[in-house]
Amino acid sequence: MKKQRLFELDEALGFALLAAVIFVLFPAILDDFRLNLFGKYLTYAFVAVGLVLCWGAGGILSLGQGVFFGLGGYCMAMFLKLEASTPENTAIQSTPGIPDFMDWNQITALPIWWQPFHSLGFTILAILAVPAIFAFILGTAMFRRRVGGVYFAIITQAVAAIMTILVIGQQGYTGGVNGITDLRTLLGWDIRPDSAKVTLYFVNGILLFACLFVAQAVRKSKAGRILIAMRTAEDRVRFSGYDVASFKVFVFCLGAAFASIGGAMFTLQVGFMSPTLVGIVPSIEMVIFCAVGGRMSLLGAVYGALLVNWAKTTFSESFPELWLLGLGGLFIAVVMAFPNGLAGLYQDFVRPHLGFLHRERARAPAADQSPAE
Amino acid sequence: MFSGYSMSELGAIFAMQGFAGLILFSVFVLMALGLAIIFGQMGVINMAHGEFMILGAYVTYMVSHVFQTWLPGLFGLYFFVAMILAFIAAGLLGMAVEWAMIRHLYKRPLDTLLATWGLSLILQQIYRSVFGAREVGVTIPDWMMGSLPLTDLIEIPINGIFVMVLTVAISAAVYVMMFRSRWGQQVRAINQNRVMAGAVGIDTERTDRLTFGIGCGVAGVAGAAFTMIGSTGPTSGQLYIVDTFLVVVFGGAASLLGTIASAFTISQAQSIMEFFLSGSMAKVLTLLAVVGILMLRPQGLFALKLRK
Repeated sequence: MKKQRLFELDEALGFALLAAVIFVLFPAILDDFRLNLFGKYLTYAFVAVGLVLCWGAGGILSLGQGVFFGLGGYCMAMFLKLEASTPENTAIQSTPGIPDFMDWNQITALPIWWQPFHSLGFTILAILAVPAIFAFILGTAMFRRRVGGVYFAIITQAVAAIMTILVIGQQGYTGGVNGITDLRTLLGWDIRPDSAKVTLYFVNGILLFACLFVAQAVRKSKAGRILIAMRTAEDRVRFSGYDVASFKVFVFCLGAAFASIGGAMFTLQVGFMSPTLVGIVPSIEMVIFCAVGGRMSLLGAVYGALLVNWAKTTFSESFPELWLLGLGGLFIAVVMAFPNGLAGLYQDFVRPHLGFLHRERARAPAADQSPAE
Repeated sequence: MFSGYSMSELGAIFAMQGFAGLILFSVFVLMALGLAIIFGQMGVINMAHGEFMILGAYVTYMVSHVFQTWLPGLFGLYFFVAMILAFIAAGLLGMAVEWAMIRHLYKRPLDTLLATWGLSLILQQIYRSVFGAREVGVTIPDWMMGSLPLTDLIEIPINGIFVMVLTVAISAAVYVMMFRSRWGQQVRAINQNRVMAGAVGIDTERTDRLTFGIGCGVAGVAGAAFTMIGSTGPTSGQLYIVDTFLVVVFGGAASLLGTIASAFTISQAQSIMEFFLSGSMAKVLTLLAVVGILMLRPQGLFALKLRK
């Protein structure tokens, strides 16, 4: 097998265009408030990119990505909350020095599993490792037993339900239904003013591109090829001697880590984390971001997340009743009429007019086709 | 955990919680039966199942109003009319959905899942526009009010008994349909081998549509029964959907008996734990146990021995 280049010409141009949109266009045309809003949308793009790898490339539909988003978000929120809860700031509490919601729930000492979150290093490690380990356990248990498809979807959805109930039920440790709020500083740097939000927007964009590059590298690697082969004919790959489950576990863990980074950036930019971002409904909405963008396209996922969230904000501001109808219609339309989403429309209608970008590909089209079932 | 309770009190607690569990069991069975037909036999994930149920509940709500206004003399009987209408309404909607959407997606189960989720959002919004965002309740007929005192400590509400009797009746009806009727035979034949079933002259498309319709109709009846023990809001259906899918998967997707057994296990475990722990922890532990068992035994409790 010939080693693939990391970027074909048109893919490189696509990345460059997205970079221009995120780093130049948005900051230029949006005011600080809207920019922060778009930064929030971009945190969902992390999840969508992870889903492109899991679902688009690997055929694993997880309806529990919100769990990983939430784990990352809560890790970051715990760190920020501890920093905000200095004994001086919380002097009016009956136990100063612990987060306010713990005090309200008659908890008098910081629980032991909160302790390590005093350290930023540990927090960043936890943001990457906790969801990945969790995904590893879940994925290993399921994929080793060859559970996939709809069963996997249902079980991940149940996990999302469990996570929400747990977070809401354990109010004293998690802040309950309100979530963890009133976050102030990161290592002494105030995250609340507009200038900080602009900085965070750019950090967010850079991290997103880092994830996109990793995802692109995975897709172009041998593992990426095997994932696509698996999606088409899993048994054939298995009979060829590949350990199918390991590849699935790997991509599922990677997707979880991406979602978690997104969650952490969400907390930083929005200033709180709550269980409404974790449960069944947000998790399945994250899938639609990916589906609208095109389940096979990394860049499409970013545009999908931006577009759907922008539509959500716009419509639910002015016509709240229409939004649910619109979202429901979107789910149906994207499945029935545009299964490849925005990327599919680009492939069908725009790309043919841009022949000069992929002349090389046109010479050997047969090599690209997957074998018929 | 048990200190501070006398023996007889403990017995009463277990009996009452056990009974609460039986009502929850009825709820799970009613919801899961329709799903067991649609998911178990056809392999279609219908995320809008809860909304079909709620449709049945709203039909009951409307019928009760009609009886209150025009036929107050027959009010005690409205529920039976409502149940039939709920079956028809949900069934017809189900068949329409199958025709418009599901039949194009049989080969893409994950996409069906997303499309039906979209459908559930649309239905929720329609309910909200038509019936308002607030939960509505029906007036329960007099003969269903009150409770039977069994001993000094144990009281059993009559509407709970009614729902349980109804559950048994509906389960029996579904069993007869699945295993004694021509339609049931065709459904099972298609489930085992679609191509072969078509080859021996079964109209698979028609059977699929009918199956989906009947599954949704059963959900509608379940919704009608729900109005006897709780109120109905536009999003009530969504609350149950995860539990219901777990019940069906846990029982072994293609097995009706498994569905009932798993509904019993899950509901009893949950309601007995609810007394000693907070409600949310009981739920978390139950769901965790179910997910854990499913990881060890993905085919569920009762797996059909079938070559795929």
